[in-house]
Amino acid sequence: MSGKSVQGLLSALFGVLVGLILGLLVVWGAGENPLTVLRILARGAFGSRYDLGMTLFYSTPLIFTGLSVAVVFRAGMFNIGAEGQLTVGTIAAAMAGILLPFLPMPIAPLVAWVCASLAGAAWGAIPGWLRARRGSHEVINTIMLNFVAAGLCSYFALYPLRNLQSQNPETRGIASQFKLAPFPLFEGAPVGWALPLALLMALFVWFLLWRTVIGFEWRAVGLNEVAARAAGIDVARARVGAFAFAGALAGMVGVAEVLGNSGRFRVGFSPEYGFMGIAVALLGRNHPAGVVAAALLLGALHKGAAELDLETDRVTRDLSLVFQGLIILCVSAEGWWFQNRRRKATAGSQKSTGVVPASNSP
Amino acid sequence: MILDELGASTLRVSTPLVFAALGGLYSERAGVVNIALEGMMLVGAFAAAAGTYFAHDPWVGAAAGMASGMSLAAIYALFVISLRANQVVAGTAINILALGLTPLLCKALFEVTSSTPSIPLSDRFHSAPVVAAWILVLVSWIVVQRTPAGLWLRFAGENPDALDSAGVRVNFVRWVAVLISGGLAGLGGASLSLFLSSSFSRNMTAGRGFIALAALIFGKWRPVPAAVACLLFGCFEATQIRLQGITFPGGGSFPVQFVQILPYFLTILVLAGFVGQSRPPRALGLPFRRE
Repeated sequence: MSGKSVQGLLSALFGVLVGLILGLLVVWGAGENPLTVLRILARGAFGSRYDLGMTLFYSTPLIFTGLSVAVVFRAGMFNIGAEGQLTVGTIAAAMAGILLPFLPMPIAPLVAWVCASLAGAAWGAIPGWLRARRGSHEVINTIMLNFVAAGLCSYFALYPLRNLQSQNPETRGIASQFKLAPFPLFEGAPVGWALPLALLMALFVWFLLWRTVIGFEWRAVGLNEVAARAAGIDVARARVGAFAFAGALAGMVGVAEVLGNSGRFRVGFSPEYGFMGIAVALLGRNHPAGVVAAALLLGALHKGAAELDLETDRVTRDLSLVFQGLIILCVSAEGWWFQNRRRKATAGSQKSTGVVPASNSP
Repeated sequence: MILDELGASTLRVSTPLVFAALGGLYSERAGVVNIALEGMMLVGAFAAAAGTYFAHDPWVGAAAGMASGMSLAAIYALFVISLRANQVVAGTAINILALGLTPLLCKALFEVTSSTPSIPLSDRFHSAPVVAAWILVLVSWIVVQRTPAGLWLRFAGENPDALDSAGVRVNFVRWVAVLISGGLAGLGGASLSLFLSSSFSRNMTAGRGFIALAALIFGKWRPVPAAVACLLFGCFEATQIRLQGITFPGGGSFPVQFVQILPYFLTILVLAGFVGQSRPPRALGLPFRRE
C-alpha cells in the first residue's frame, strides 16, 4: 500500500472511532451503560450461528450498494441513487419470478438475476446520461429518481402484481424454482447464494477498475476529466457506463431479497440500504475490499441494534441510525488537525475543478 | 366548491414546503448544498410537538422546533464549513442521524418510539403558519435581492474569492446562512406537527425536505418562484389526498402513485433544461479556503 492509502485508512479508522465514542455518549445521555450496550450489540451480531447469519444477511445488500456507490465515486461522480436502482432491480426480479413461471430450475434464477441487473442498469444510466448529455447534476437527479422509483414500484406492487391474499403492500409470490435455498450452516438465517455473488462482484469490480481499459477510462475521468478528454477518452460514454454498471450492482439486491429471502417484492423492504451504501463506500475508501469490510461492520451494527429493543429500557434499534450518522459525519470530515498539517504540505493541489469538490475524487 | 376546498388545502399542505424551501434558499445561495433539510424538518417537527405538549402553547413549540433545526444545522455547519466534510455525504449523514435521534428522544420523553401524545385542537395552530410562511417569502425576497447582507450571501455562493477580497469572511456568512436554513426548516417541521397534524410521528416528513429542495431548484434558487413551486407541488399533494378517497364503480382505486412522483419527475426535466433552465449558484458545494 502506498503512503496515501495508509493515511486514508487511518483517517477512516479515526473517524469510525470518534463516531462510535459520540454514539456511546448518546447512549450514556439516554441513561444506559455504554458498555452494556456494546456487549448487547456484539452478542446480537455474532452471538450464534443464526445471529452471524442475520449479520451476513444485512451485509449482502450493503456490499452491492457500497460497490455501486464506490464505482461511481471512482468515475468522479456521486451515486445517491442506489436506493432507487435497488428498488427497480428488486421489482424486476419479482416480475421475472411471477411472469415467467415456465422456466426450469437452473435457468430461472439466472434469468431473474439478469432482469434485476438490467433494470438497475437502465435506471442507473438515466442520471449518467443526464450528466453527460444535459449537464444536470447527478446528486439532485438521483435523489429525485429514488422517489420516482419508489412510486412506480409501489404502483406495480399495489395494482397489476398485487398479492390479493394479503393486506400488506406486496406482490404475489414468485414460482418456487426461482428461489435460492439458504445455507444450512446459519440455522435458518436467509443467507444463500446472494452472499457469494456479492463477494464475486467485489472481485469483479476490482478486476474491472484496475485490470481493464474500461475501468482505466472510468478512473481517468474521475481523476481528471480534462486530461481524460485530451487523451481521447469518451467522457460521456464513461459517465453513462459507470452509472449503468453501478445501477446493475445495486439492482442485484433484488437477488438477495426476492430469490433469497421473501420470494416477492414488498413495499418498504429496504431499511435504506442505498443510503447505507454511501456510508459503506466512504468507510471502505471506495475500494472493493474496503467495501466488503465496511458492509460487514454496518451489517453487524444493524443486526446487533435490533436486540436493543428487547434488552434495554432506554435505547432502541434506532441507535444503529445514530451510530451510522455520526460515523459518516466523522469519516467525511477532512479538516481534522492532523489532516490540516498534511494539507499544508500539499497546498495548491486541492483546487476544485467543477461541481464535485476535489475532496470527492478518490 | 371543490375548487375552493382544493385551493385551501393546497395552501395548507404547501406551508411546510415553503418554510423548508426558503431554508434551502439561504444555505444554497451561500454556496452550501443542503440535502439535510429533511433531517432538520424532522427534528423540528419532533421538538415542536414535544414543546407544545409540555408548554400547552404552539408558539413555544414553534420556537423549540426552530431551535432544534438550528442545532442540527450547527452540527452540519461545523462539519461541512469548519471541517470541510463533503456536503452531500454529510447532508445524508444528518438525515440518517435525525431519523435515528427523533425516535430515541421520543422514547426518552414519552416511553414510546412511534409518536408523541396527541395535542388538543386548542393548542394547535390554525392559520398562523400560512401567513407567517408568506410573510417570510416577502422578507426573504427583500433580504436576498435588496440588502447588503443579501449581496454577501449571493457572493458567498457565486464568487467567494471576491467576497473574501472585499474583507468579508466567507465562512462566517456561510455559517449564518446555514443556521437560518436550519431554523426555517425547523419551522417547516413545526408546521407539519402543529398545523397539518396533531402530533409527531416517526419519519413524518416522508420526503418533504426533498420536495422542498426540488421546489427550490424548480424556482431557480429564487424566493418567490420557489414559493410558487411549493404551491404547485402542494397542489399535487392536495389532489392526491382527494383522489385517495375515490373508488371507481368497479371497486378499483385511482393509482395515486403517478401523482406522487410528479414533483420529482418535473424537477428532473427542469434541471435537464427540457422545461426552462435552472442553474445552481456557481460555488455551490465547494468548501472555501483562503489561498
